[in-house]
Amino acid sequence: MCGIAGLIHKGKSANIGGELTAMLQSLKHRGPDSSGFALYGNPMADKHVMRFKVAEQEDIKKGFDIVRQMKERKATVDNRMKELGARIESEEQVTEYAHRYVFSFDGDLKRLADYIEDVDGAEILSIGHALELIKDLGDANRVSKQYGLDDFQGTHAIGHTRMATESDVDIRSAHPYWAYPFNDVSVVHNGQLTNYWGKRRALERRGHRFMSNCDSELIAVYLADAIDRGEELEEAMQQSIHELDGVFTYVVATGDKLGMAKDVMAAKPMVLYESDDFVALASEEVAIRSIFPHEIDTYDPYEGEVKVWQS
Amino acid sequence: MAELDRDHASYEMGMHTEQLAGRTQQVFFLPEEEENFTYPGAFDVDFNKRIEIDVANMDSKAINLKIRDLMREGYGTIVVKNPGAKHSIGVGILNRLQLYFEGSLGYFGVGLIDGPNVRISGRVGWSCAENMMSGTVVIEKNAGSTFGAAIRGGDLVCKGDVGSRTGIDMKGGTIIVGGRTGAFSGFMMQRGRMIICGDAGKNLGDSMYDGIIYVGGKIADLGVDAVEAEMTDLEAAWLKRKLAMYDLDAPDGVENMTKIVSGKQLWNYDNLEPTEKKLVL
Repeated sequence: MCGIAGLIHKGKSANIGGELTAMLQSLKHRGPDSSGFALYGNPMADKHVMRFKVAEQEDIKKGFDIVRQMKERKATVDNRMKELGARIESEEQVTEYAHRYVFSFDGDLKRLADYIEDVDGAEILSIGHALELIKDLGDANRVSKQYGLDDFQGTHAIGHTRMATESDVDIRSAHPYWAYPFNDVSVVHNGQLTNYWGKRRALERRGHRFMSNCDSELIAVYLADAIDRGEELEEAMQQSIHELDGVFTYVVATGDKLGMAKDVMAAKPMVLYESDDFVALASEEVAIRSIFPHEIDTYDPYEGEVKVWQS
Repeated sequence: MAELDRDHASYEMGMHTEQLAGRTQQVFFLPEEEENFTYPGAFDVDFNKRIEIDVANMDSKAINLKIRDLMREGYGTIVVKNPGAKHSIGVGILNRLQLYFEGSLGYFGVGLIDGPNVRISGRVGWSCAENMMSGTVVIEKNAGSTFGAAIRGGDLVCKGDVGSRTGIDMKGGTIIVGGRTGAFSGFMMQRGRMIICGDAGKNLGDSMYDGIIYVGGKIADLGVDAVEAEMTDLEAAWLKRKLAMYDLDAPDGVENMTKIVSGKQLWNYDNLEPTEKKLVL
């Protein structure tokens, strides 16, 4: 089933971490397996923020020599970043296996990302000037507490509660997906894509990498590819309605935009609230109610509808 | 129960005597059948006995049990404050009752009901009033998809816009939408009437067996088996009366609404008598 949610403050910063945590927690019944946040903080024009992990949560429980391996993996990542000219400004070990780096780099981001992910067990969750992508097993409150997201300040955010149906219960298959290797693009999705493999092969031939077998990752890569070819976000989303087959509602965010798209069958839910300075959307109204307890006007977008908002 | 007789308002409105065109047949109960109108074990409630409850801190199950307890105590008018878009509220009520929600409902609100008159000041999520048998449900704002799925009777009214697949598998009753409706509305509709004052999305009436859909705005396109039919004066009069009951109107007048019916002869289904159809459905 899965639950998706998003919010955007127009022209101001707010506690998006706390707001999205409340929204996702109220959607827990739609997917208790994992929770994910793509939070857009105040952008750092000359620096990148990277969230990455060096193991899966389940590896910690099973791995015989995992602690040593994680240290080695992190050291290799550090060396490879230094080798390609990236300068780590600050680093934070958020969990045993998850790290947050702020770094300076003016080289080829794809080359850097490829080189880091070539380290066995390392996976970049996101790189961006504003984007910080956090996902882990458990409900939103647990993940939010684990990663200290309760007072995360920023302009917009998207999130996901996952009920695993077509791939494993692990961080790799959890949403949101970063649109590798592009700065600040992330996607959450509720639905099933039926032309996944055909589209994936086409995108792989164009040089894109997939970290999971989850169909939602395809949307992120598909949009990133279109943006890379010069299309505007909204244009790429309109095109996706016709080129992606199946039933889906997805939410995408870039450094300064939030968008949603619904397939032509309108088989997956989405409820929208929009005011002059704020937009909230979610699979169920109860998520919007979690941050707006008073009466508000909401509505369902229609089949084939695409909407984009600016922060 | 208030006695039903020939002076009842519905008779004055001509709703028991009209002969509508089309294959849809609507059977009304007779006043002599009054003893069959309530379920065994239904609570004897008094509409003048009124209570307000705040359910902000209650879950769906507790709210439904509370409503049932209040009916058992004889309350005939219940006002539910702060429903908070919770799911499955007000379901399975097989009783006469005036039920008011001050706020919005989530998914599956007031489903499986037979008898109550419900008014909702906010919005409803997906599958509102699914399988409704009788009574009225009036929503002041918007509604989600699969609005009135498989209803068999009663009036289900949304004054705003509704999502996709409105009246899917509808088997009777009347669905009224003050605004627009999404794609696949009336999908596999089998009986009853749907009135859409605004626009209708694509594939309207797809695979419908029977029933009638009236649309006041633009129709994106018709589904398989759905065809346009001629509106009669009697239907126009019925539409005007029906919409007036809920303070609604068609933007260009009911005379200019488009009437959609099934264009396909379903041989086995059409050869059945009305009572047999009811058994089949």
